[in-house]
Amino acid sequence: MATQTQAGGSDFTSNLGKVYSIYTGGFVAFIILVALLEQLGVPNRVLGYLFVGFTILVYAFIGIVSRTMQVSEYYVAGRRVPAIYNGMATGADWMSAASFIGMAGSLFLLGYDGLAFVLGWTGGYVLVAVLVAPFLRKFGAYTVPDFLAARYGGNTARFLGVIVLLACSFTYVVAQIFGTGLIAQRFLGLDFTVAVYVGLLGILVCSMLGGMRAVTWTQVAQYIVLIVAYLVPVIILSAKKFGLPLPQLTYGQALSQIASLEQGFIQNNLAPATAKLHAAPFTSYSPANYFALILCLMVGTASLPHVLMRYFTTPSVREARVSVAWSLLFIFLLYFTAPAYAAFSKLEVYSTLIGKNIADLPAWVYTYGKLGLVQICGGNAVDLATVQAACAKLAGHAGLVRLQDFGINADVVVISTPEIAGMPYVIAGLVAAGGLAAALSTADGLLLAIANALSHDIYYRMIDKDAPTARRLIVSRVLLVIVAIAAAWTASQRPADILAMVSWAFSLAAAGLFPALVLGVWWKRTTKEGAIAGIIAGFGVTMLYLVVTRYFPGFGVQYLGMSSLYNPVTGAPLVNLAQAMAAPNAMDAWVTLAHPMASKVGWFDMNNISSAIFGLPVGFLVMIVVSLMTPAPSKEMQDFIDACRRPRGQTLMEEKAA
Amino acid sequence: MQQSQDELYWSKTSKLMITMMVLWVFFGYLVHMFVVPLNNIKILGFPLGFYMASQGSLIAFVVMLFWFARKQDQIDRECGVAEDE
Repeated sequence: MATQTQAGGSDFTSNLGKVYSIYTGGFVAFIILVALLEQLGVPNRVLGYLFVGFTILVYAFIGIVSRTMQVSEYYVAGRRVPAIYNGMATGADWMSAASFIGMAGSLFLLGYDGLAFVLGWTGGYVLVAVLVAPFLRKFGAYTVPDFLAARYGGNTARFLGVIVLLACSFTYVVAQIFGTGLIAQRFLGLDFTVAVYVGLLGILVCSMLGGMRAVTWTQVAQYIVLIVAYLVPVIILSAKKFGLPLPQLTYGQALSQIASLEQGFIQNNLAPATAKLHAAPFTSYSPANYFALILCLMVGTASLPHVLMRYFTTPSVREARVSVAWSLLFIFLLYFTAPAYAAFSKLEVYSTLIGKNIADLPAWVYTYGKLGLVQICGGNAVDLATVQAACAKLAGHAGLVRLQDFGINADVVVISTPEIAGMPYVIAGLVAAGGLAAALSTADGLLLAIANALSHDIYYRMIDKDAPTARRLIVSRVLLVIVAIAAAWTASQRPADILAMVSWAFSLAAAGLFPALVLGVWWKRTTKEGAIAGIIAGFGVTMLYLVVTRYFPGFGVQYLGMSSLYNPVTGAPLVNLAQAMAAPNAMDAWVTLAHPMASKVGWFDMNNISSAIFGLPVGFLVMIVVSLMTPAPSKEMQDFIDACRRPRGQTLMEEKAA
Repeated sequence: MQQSQDELYWSKTSKLMITMMVLWVFFGYLVHMFVVPLNNIKILGFPLGFYMASQGSLIAFVVMLFWFARKQDQIDRECGVAEDE
C-alpha cells in the first residue's frame, strides 16, 4: 500500500512539467474564450462570474484529487515537492491580497516610501535561506513550534511558539479574507458580508481535504493565475503607451512624465507647493521609520510560520536552499512590476483627471466612488451632482480637479487599472481572478499553519499523545473550519485596512520567533530558560506597543512616556498632545482610528507598523542574558544542534509508524 | 577526526553566512541611505536611488540566493556532509 502511493506520487512528480503546462495552456485558452464572449455581447457580470467560478472550480478539483489520510502527506506533502515547484507554491503562499491588490496602491499613494514594502518582502528571503530554513528542514519538523519544543526542551517553548503563531497568522488570514470579500463584492456584485463568506468557501475546498499536499498543488496553480493576471495589464499598458511590452523598463519614462506633470500642477495652482513628489524619498516615513519598517518586514519574513513550513516539504536540505532562491525569483517577478503598475496608473490619473473640468470626469470615477473608494473634494464621488456640491463647498474652487481634491483607496488601484486605462472587461476579470488566487493561496497556507499548530502541537503533542492518526487528521480539519469561520467573521466586521494589519503580523512574528529560531541554530549556548524569557519579552513588548499606540493612546502618553509622532516633511508633531490629553476622550480605551491620538503616538517617533524595532532587540538581549545566567545546554542538546547543522543524515524528528 | 571535520564545516558555513549578511546589509540598507544624491542620476528616466529600491536591490537578492545555494553545496561536498543524491 505504502509503496503504491510512493509510486503514484513519483509518477505525478515526474509529470509535473506536463501537468502544469497543460493547465497554463488551458487557462490562456479560457481567457481567449471569455474575450470572445465579451465581443459577442455577454454582459460583464456574467464574465466576472465565469472567471471567478472557473478558477475556483479548478482549485477545488486539485484539492479534492489531492485529498489524503496519511500524516506525512497531510503535514509536509510527503517531503517530495521539487525545489522549483515549491518555489512557485511559496510565491503564491507568500504573495497575499496585500501584495497583489494593496502593494501597487501603496506605491501609488506613498511613492518612494512605499518601496519599503518591496524591499522588505524580498530581502527577508536572504535571512530565510541563510539563517533558518535549511536547518528546520534538516530537523524534520511538521510545524515551527515542533522545532522550538525539541530545541528548548519541552512544551513551554512549544506553547509560546503556538501563541506567537496564532497572533501573527490570525491577523494575516483576516486580511486575506477581507481581500477576497473586496474582490467578490466588486466583481460579483455581492454584499460585502456575503462576499466574505463566499470567499471562505473557496478557501476551505482547497485546504480541508488534503492538507499540505492539496495546498501545495493548488498554490502552484494559483501562482500561475496570479502572475499572469498581474503582468498582462501592465504589459498591455506599456506596449500601448511606450511601444515596448516591458513595463519594468518603460516605467522610467512614466516616472519622468509624472515628475514634469507634478511640476506643472504646482505651477498652475493645481497642487499645493508641498505636494508629495512620486520619486522623492521620506515624504511619508522619516528615514528612521523607513529603515525600521524594512527591517521589521525582512525579519518578519524569516519568521512567519506559514512561509517557513513550505520548506519542510522539499526532498532534501540542498533542495530547500535552492527552493528559497526559486521562491524569491517568482516573488520578484511580481514585486519588480508593482512600481510600474503604480507609475502607469498614476500617470493615467494625472493626465486624465487632474486639471480637468468637474463636469468631464471619466465614468470609472463614479463606478468606484459609489463603492466609497474614490473621493473628489472630500466626499465620495457618487455622481456628478454630489461632486459639484462637494467642490462648491470648498472656498475658491475653480471647478477644475486639483491634486488635493482627488482621493483613492489604495486597494482599488490594481483592480481599477484596466478600467481606467480603457481595456476590455476580460482584463478586469483576469485581474479579479488573480487577486482572488493571491488571497486564497495565502489564506490556505495560513489556515493550515494555524490548524496544524492546534492539532499537531496542542492536541497531539500536549493533550493526547496516543491519538490515532485518523483522529488527529479529523481534529485538524474540524479546527481548520472553526478557525476559518472565526477569521471570516472578524473580516466581515471590516477592521483597519489590509496593509496595516499585515504589517502587524510581521512585527509580531519577527519579535516573537526570530531570536529563538536563529540563536537556536547559530548559538549553542542558548538555553531553554533564555529562549522562553526572550520569546515572552520580545513578543510582549511588540504586542504592548501595537495595542497601546493603536487602541489605548491616552494610556501610552500618560503612563508609558509616549509622545506624538512627527510629520516627516515639516517635522511638526502630528497631534497637539496637551490639547488632545485635555479632551474628554483622551483616556478612552479601544478607540477607533478616528480618535485624534490613535496610531499617532509612540516612542522615538516610531510608527506602530514597525513595532518590532523595539521587540526584536529586547528579545535578543533577554535571550542572551538569561542564557548566560543559566547552565549551558546538555551534551545531548549540543549534539542535537550539530546534527541540525549537518545536511547529511536522517531528519531528527521521525514520525512513529502510524 | 569527525570533530575537526565538523568544526571546519561550521567555520566555512559561518564565513559564508557572514558574507551573505554583509551583502544583505549593503543592498537592503546602505545603498538606500544615499537615495537623495543617487536620485540626481537619471538612467532611462529612472532616478537611480528610486531604481535601486524598486529593482536593483531585488535583482541582487535573487542572484545572491542562487549563488549561496551553489556555494553552500560546494562546502557540504568538500566537508563530506552533503546528502546522498
